[in-house]
Amino acid sequence: MTALLDLSGVTKAYPGVVANDSVSLTIQPGEVHALLGENGAGKSTLVKMIYGLVKPDAGQMSLNGASFAPSDPRAARAAGIGMVFQHFSLFDALTVAENIALGMENAPPMRQLATQIKAVSETYGLPLAPHRLVGDLSAGERQRVEIIRCLLQEPKLLIMDEPTSVLTPQEVEILFKTLRKLSAEGTAILYISHKLEEIRALCDAATILRLGKVVGHCIPRDTSAAEMAELMVGSALKPPQKAAGASGDVLLELRDLSLPPVSTFGMPLREISVSVRAGEVLGIGGVAGNGQDELLSALSGEVPVPVGTVFFKGDDMARAHPNARRAAGLLTAPEERLGHAAAPDMSLTENAMLTGAAREGLERNGMLDWKAARSFANRIIADFDVRTPGPGNAARSLSGGNLQKFVIGREILQRPEVLVVNQPTWGVDASAAAAIRQALLDLAQNGAAVIVISQDLDELMEISDNFAALNEGRLSAARPAAGLTVAEIGQMMGGAHGMEVAHV
Amino acid sequence: MDLSVINPILLLAALMSAATPILLAATGELVVERAGVLNLGVEGMMIVGAIAGFIVAVNTGSPALGFIGAAAGGAVLSLLFVFLTQVALANQVASGLGLTLFGLGLSALMGQSYVGVKPPRMGDLNLGPLSDIPVLGPILFSHDAMVYIGLLIVAGVWTTLKYTRAGLVLRAVGENHDAAHALGYKVKRIRALAILFGGACAGMGGAYISLIRVPQWTEGMTAGVGWIALALVVFASWKPWRVLLGAYLFGGITQLQLNLQGAGVAIPVEYLAMSPYIVTIIVLVTLSADKSRAPGSLGRIFHASH
Repeated sequence: MTALLDLSGVTKAYPGVVANDSVSLTIQPGEVHALLGENGAGKSTLVKMIYGLVKPDAGQMSLNGASFAPSDPRAARAAGIGMVFQHFSLFDALTVAENIALGMENAPPMRQLATQIKAVSETYGLPLAPHRLVGDLSAGERQRVEIIRCLLQEPKLLIMDEPTSVLTPQEVEILFKTLRKLSAEGTAILYISHKLEEIRALCDAATILRLGKVVGHCIPRDTSAAEMAELMVGSALKPPQKAAGASGDVLLELRDLSLPPVSTFGMPLREISVSVRAGEVLGIGGVAGNGQDELLSALSGEVPVPVGTVFFKGDDMARAHPNARRAAGLLTAPEERLGHAAAPDMSLTENAMLTGAAREGLERNGMLDWKAARSFANRIIADFDVRTPGPGNAARSLSGGNLQKFVIGREILQRPEVLVVNQPTWGVDASAAAAIRQALLDLAQNGAAVIVISQDLDELMEISDNFAALNEGRLSAARPAAGLTVAEIGQMMGGAHGMEVAHV
Repeated sequence: MDLSVINPILLLAALMSAATPILLAATGELVVERAGVLNLGVEGMMIVGAIAGFIVAVNTGSPALGFIGAAAGGAVLSLLFVFLTQVALANQVASGLGLTLFGLGLSALMGQSYVGVKPPRMGDLNLGPLSDIPVLGPILFSHDAMVYIGLLIVAGVWTTLKYTRAGLVLRAVGENHDAAHALGYKVKRIRALAILFGGACAGMGGAYISLIRVPQWTEGMTAGVGWIALALVVFASWKPWRVLLGAYLFGGITQLQLNLQGAGVAIPVEYLAMSPYIVTIIVLVTLSADKSRAPGSLGRIFHASH
């Protein structure tokens, strides 16, 4: 039979980098095909070409045997291709039905569309109220909006870009059931992920990309995760070494911390109580948007919190400003690198100065000590293997992973007593991520308390002594990470959030 | 002081006419901002519309053609803004301010030989027996056509934004231009069209001042109405009917305070003169206390990253 989609020799170059170098790929109808690779391997560029967002420089694409060159996403959708984006392409201020109508070529009148949405959402076990504002939905619900938007078009190929990064394990199970049902009905799925166990559970075939080139194909069911990881990274990975958690005194304690939402679509914090001891790594999991950013802002001092809720070494720090907290030894590294953790248009030296001034003695009587700041920036670059021509370069010029190494390194080198990091390895390649995790573990071993907020459960299980989860702004009680099962973790994260298994 | 010189019917009748320039300009700017563009050049587009309409009307003898010329004049000037912000990706605030300064200068140049000229008068629309209804007739049904066209534009903008696909796409572009682009919508083209519409509306608003309200040409005669229209869009929470309410409130209180000044009320003139601004702001700020907020991409430059 003819393949549904066939790519041969597809090439796309950007100034200074070849994103896809002669990539070939074949997908059969009804096949679940995995596209594997690290960040920057060219997965996103490849699917953007299939979806008509980017035009290839060279190579052929054919759909059902006919030549296929979509000029824009509408043409791709008309040809039967649907895409669920990694960073949701949704509109917060519009309703679910309006969002779905925007992704359709011939949207029916709103009332009829609402009925269709209800019907499809019931068939596939993805409950959704058509008239709710998308800004009020949880991450899992937002993904349902995207999936239903695609399903209403009855696509022949559904592209899913990292769909499970925002779901609890229970939600992932239900999503997989929906995808298997679709595949049984003849819809092919191109599934992008770097979570190898998921791919082994779901996919029929896999194509592995590295630095823009296809480096291998495999049948995921018959290949071990370690073999796939080696193909992806190009070398065997060394997992971080974790020493037995020796716990000392309580360094940071939160008592009944509650905080109203900061922005229109923000999440409130509700009665959060937790403590971390010297030498302990506390992992905080949870689906994005359940209070992670708010918790970090409350700890860093960006948002004032009620007196008597944040204690650092027994002192009430609730009203202390960020600089006072830094001086005392409570350091934080937020998730958003450009614009929050680093000032994009300022040099690395200036960015090193911005948080390091007090603890590293980079200023005297209000005057800046440029020499000391430059040597501090150089030390971060050397110790954390930041790839940049020098500390004079703007933060914006670094790739996401390199900048992440810089902002995490900047805090670690200031010898914090308590360090709070949000998504420390987000967008960082596997070997650099392992280095960052090792640095966090070393920090804890030297007597600091570390709080790691992350959506990567594997990461948290690898480095945490204790684990807690955020759900709807509430923090579950912390439990020892060793011995926790996936089901228990899922329950702590809020379970399936009302999703149901597909009704067949 | 003699309050009996104020005729409430004439006062209310004047309200609709007084509000029309602000209403037209603000409705146009509302569409521009809902598409995610902040055009601070409203004042400049109004004054260019005022002189363009004036020139066309004087030379053709037709006020109707004058308004068409005004719309074209405002739209042509806004084309400059389209070029600066959508093609050259310049900062919208700076470009808008530049547009206002440029428009004020350009209109003064264009109008040099028209100072003191009287434009042709636009008659009231003949609505037959409707105008003869007591009280309501003079208040609602004895105005020139532009007053009603202004209302039709508000109704049309509201319907389009709320009920049509074009309106939905426009709101989507203003709310999240990256997502709209990812779905395949032409962000720049949609914004360019919205800016042109805003320019045309501002131009007509300006011509309403030079052809009907005043009617003559004076340099800088829009006297800040464009800025009031800009503020009105924000205070009206980007909702067309609230723009209408705000414009009528502003027009009404302006008329009332002029009448009160004429009647010699014992309140200093300065307080009377500031009253329309204060009352309009208080009313609209109170109304906007609900969950409404600015379009998500307002004022941000869109640059397709792939």
